[in-house]
Amino acid sequence: MITLSNINKTFRVARRQAGFGRAVKALFSREYELIHALNDVSFTIKDGEMVGYIGPNGAGKSTTIKIMCGILTPDSGMCKINGRVPWRDRIAHVREIGVVFGQRSQLWWDVPIIDSFELLRDIYKIDRKIYKNNLDELTVLLDLSELLKTPARSLSLGQRMRCEIAASLLHSPKILFLDEPTIGLDAVSKMTVRQFIKRINAERGTTVILTTHDMQDIEALTERILLIGKGRILLDGSLTELKKRSSRRKTLVVEYNGSAPEITDDMTLIEKKNGRLVISLDPEIFPVSDAIAYLAARTELTDVSVSGITAEEMVAELYREYHI
Amino acid sequence: MQLYIKFFAMHLKSQMQYKLSFFLTALGQFFASFTVLLGVYFMFSRFHEVEGFQFEHVLLCFAAVLMAYSIAEMFGRGFDQFPQMLGNGEFDRALVRPRSVIFQVLAAKMDFTRFGRLFQAILVFCYAIPNSGVIWTWDKVLALLLMVVCGSLIFFALFIVYAGFTFFTVEGLEFMNIFTDGGREFGRYPFSIYGKRILKFLTFVVPLALFQYYPLLYLLDREKNMLYMFTPVIGLLFIIPSCAFFRIGLRKYKSTGS
Repeated sequence: MITLSNINKTFRVARRQAGFGRAVKALFSREYELIHALNDVSFTIKDGEMVGYIGPNGAGKSTTIKIMCGILTPDSGMCKINGRVPWRDRIAHVREIGVVFGQRSQLWWDVPIIDSFELLRDIYKIDRKIYKNNLDELTVLLDLSELLKTPARSLSLGQRMRCEIAASLLHSPKILFLDEPTIGLDAVSKMTVRQFIKRINAERGTTVILTTHDMQDIEALTERILLIGKGRILLDGSLTELKKRSSRRKTLVVEYNGSAPEITDDMTLIEKKNGRLVISLDPEIFPVSDAIAYLAARTELTDVSVSGITAEEMVAELYREYHI
Repeated sequence: MQLYIKFFAMHLKSQMQYKLSFFLTALGQFFASFTVLLGVYFMFSRFHEVEGFQFEHVLLCFAAVLMAYSIAEMFGRGFDQFPQMLGNGEFDRALVRPRSVIFQVLAAKMDFTRFGRLFQAILVFCYAIPNSGVIWTWDKVLALLLMVVCGSLIFFALFIVYAGFTFFTVEGLEFMNIFTDGGREFGRYPFSIYGKRILKFLTFVVPLALFQYYPLLYLLDREKNMLYMFTPVIGLLFIIPSCAFFRIGLRKYKSTGS
């Protein structure tokens, strides 16, 4: 159980204008700017939940994660994770969490992966039997058997990410923090990682908190999303709920032979090329089936496709809506 | 301690990956401090003693300091690399592991190429110990041992202070090298030759003289008082404020994150 209540965090950042003269001036007197990284952030995450934590760059995602990991202390507010305050009870707390920073490796660059794993076993004092079980399981699930004897520096990014994730799960943490786990991965690796995260959540009941910019991650993995912008939690809800909430408009793409059909006022024309029309419409006002029938009566349709809003578009719309 | 050995093995494995680089750097280190030795030698070929210390006496001092330093450096190199650790976020990683922070920084980097320096210190000892004219009774052996062991711990504490400063400045502070690298360089002569004021500073503020000058006096029978033999142990008190300073810095880091 993770509870954050009224967390505030401010950073003081030195500010100066470009130019050498200004740089010299800044050496002696500095102007500081206060940045409210987090502003009254509160939320609760239950055990075994899988939460997507999204927001544009600089919104406060990693500050929140750092506070939950015990790396940073907030200015005010309380954070309790499984009954502990992370930054006060650091050692006991971190024993129960696993952290993957997508952009930073925790593996030793020059030695085989298995050596890194064994060092982690000693760092976390993992019981030999548990370690062996976990390692065997992770090896099968993430298909690591070929990789374990290779040094990290000769692995591809996708292979390394699989090893990173395995490394953070060796000590059977109750909570897993994933900071952009799929960044820079190819399509196949992304799918493997997603499937695996889903499975760990379902089978072990590990709570997963995931930050990402890849909306497909969110779509594939999380039921609940938290949207943060300018240091505030803006939305907390399920993805389906959000989709319903945001624009219901559908996009209709038709291909036709012959002359272009006239469209009604209820349809918005997005694109018109020879033989192809892209139309946006609100199904409440003009049902999609009626629209197709309407077009079919006026021209010879060769292909029709209808699509709703994607998570990507929805998030972009949300960012616009909240001006973040 | 067991875990430290594991880290040690990992570092050794990593560095052995680059065999040639490993040996060449060690060799380079050896020659680099060899020139310092030559400096001492040439000086004594002109002046036969400094402040009543003869060449062999100075060599003894030189070897003890060099050895203390190279041991400290070999194990405590992590602190020297600390600015980089803060910069690239490796330190955050240390904070999410269930072990003491100081231990993890310590274990983060080990520099075995410094074996070259250590090896040289051993060589100088091999020459200075029989030729210094000291009659090696058990207490003299203990005094020398204390010089080296406590010396490396004090250098170590200086590395911790150095790392502590990094929390405030982000970049490493070069001036700290006056005490670490400088301590090694100037420490090849007994500190008394630099004058009373410096000696006092190095006794009460940064206690480098406590493991160098005072026990050396005891070794050379200039002082009979047993207290001089145990001054290096007193110097160990320096570790307490050093660690405290590091913790203050850590607290600041946790609240600013920069």
